[in-house]
Amino acid sequence: MSAFPFGSPRYARALQRFSAHLVLLFFAATAMGPLLLVLINSMKTHRQIARNPLSLPTAIEWENFSLAWGYGNFSRGFINSIVLSGTAVLVVLFCASLAGYVLAGRKIRHWRIVTIYFMVAITVPIQLFLFPLYYLFARVLGLLGNVPAVGVVLAALNMPLAVFLMRSFFLAVPEQLEEAARIDGANTWQVLWYVLFPIVRPGMITVAVIVGLHAWNEFLITRTFLGTDNITATLGLYSMNGTYVSAMGVMMAGTMILIAPPLAFFVLVQRYFIEGLVSGALKG
Amino acid sequence: MRRWSFQYYLLISPALLLSAMIVLVPGLLTLLVAFTDWNGVSFDLNWVGVANFHKIFDDRIFWNALGNNIRWTLLFLTIPVAIGLLTAMLLLKRRRTKTLYQLIYLGPYVLAPVTNAILWLNIVLNPASGLLRQIRPYIPRDSLLAPLRSPLSPDVALFTVAAVDIWHYWGFLTVVYLAALRQTPQELVEAAMVEGANALQLFRHIYLPTILPTVLLMFVLITIFSFLTFEYVYIMTNGGTGSEMLSTYAYNQAFHKFQYGRAVATGLVMSAFGLLASFFYVWMSRREIRA
Repeated sequence: MSAFPFGSPRYARALQRFSAHLVLLFFAATAMGPLLLVLINSMKTHRQIARNPLSLPTAIEWENFSLAWGYGNFSRGFINSIVLSGTAVLVVLFCASLAGYVLAGRKIRHWRIVTIYFMVAITVPIQLFLFPLYYLFARVLGLLGNVPAVGVVLAALNMPLAVFLMRSFFLAVPEQLEEAARIDGANTWQVLWYVLFPIVRPGMITVAVIVGLHAWNEFLITRTFLGTDNITATLGLYSMNGTYVSAMGVMMAGTMILIAPPLAFFVLVQRYFIEGLVSGALKG
Repeated sequence: MRRWSFQYYLLISPALLLSAMIVLVPGLLTLLVAFTDWNGVSFDLNWVGVANFHKIFDDRIFWNALGNNIRWTLLFLTIPVAIGLLTAMLLLKRRRTKTLYQLIYLGPYVLAPVTNAILWLNIVLNPASGLLRQIRPYIPRDSLLAPLRSPLSPDVALFTVAAVDIWHYWGFLTVVYLAALRQTPQELVEAAMVEGANALQLFRHIYLPTILPTVLLMFVLITIFSFLTFEYVYIMTNGGTGSEMLSTYAYNQAFHKFQYGRAVATGLVMSAFGLLASFFYVWMSRREIRA
């Protein structure tokens, strides 16, 4: 049975390949279209956008960007976003590398219960712990608006996934390496620092990239725990929403300021990012 | 071996302690205060039994939210899964353009929900200056497409928000499915081709059995995250206009209406659903915890 009953097989195959590309291109256009719309309109005046959002800019309206930078408080926002993500990444890397090593090697008697705990923690809704945590965080500890402290909270949220990623990277290391180092008299710290960590370094970069992007993009916790003064870059854009409906060029410039850095970062570290997405999902 | 044991407990303690402080202990507190009249401000509590649950079960909006979560789950179990499988199958044979397509498809996935929601609200769905203004004159008033004239009206807001979230999400599934498809033994594929299998038969009998565990795992994860979905709904409609979710309901009860009892009770209901799903998740990962 042929999928293409007409013409020669060669013609059918060419048609098949052409239609495959057509479908792939259609979905590429769907993914990128709205982003390109932001790009072209960030360079236009409000009047030009209102007339036709699809028209190409005739000149670049640089003022959109400088105004958006001020309105969105992005100088503050980007610094806070970097501190927030940096804290989350460092805390997660430290804790998850050690935990991944212990769980991969089944070094403790209760490895099974700890593994199940982290599995369940992956699927726990934020609303299970949000309200008492907010009470403790804001009213008992007085940490509302404290960026590094919120970074630590985000680290805890990302911990289960990071532990599983690190665990799978440690599982890929042959056991003989650790045994050989032990025979040479290395203690646990030396085994980790000189033998294992250098081998799993690509895995650590993967975890850093995934956690970094999660923390950078996070909304619920940052919005609730940072208040309205000490905002991140994404919260800066959020605060602009609805206020600049009659300055759409500025709004688009602000959105563009938020689109460009993660996309550039993603293109740079794509290999690690895709590795991180995939290694958590392949089972069986 | 036993001599080393303590040291390994020390190594795992940072991860465990941090998770316990921020997830486990507040989670157990929720379990406790859901049965009290906690006001979110101070910690003098009175036991009220299941009164908080009565309150939310008597609230029509709670049931609307639950229904919306189920609709959302069904949308996410079908549309992005279909797009993901289709594009992954088509990408399987693209040697040179495979990476480029994956990068493009993941573009929206790496952006913040705030960014994505705001760009759709302002440049696409905005009736004054967005793409909608250009398209609207061409949508007939009395056709099936009529609701698209005002995509954030109560009848269709849920679907509009879901569409934006799906737009940002499906590329992730493409990448995951593609990685799974590439694990299919090449001999099987070639043997089937020699026997003259068409594309559909190839998928049904060769590829699908290989990627089935991944597809099922994604089903479980999609179901879990559909019950937790918050960001796009909160940012685009704030849960109003017919798109209330359990998550936005709980959040607004706590931080806008200061009804902490209802908020923690809802959080607990969500966790019950989550627990059901995580049971499946642990069961599917059972191979990893077998001795």
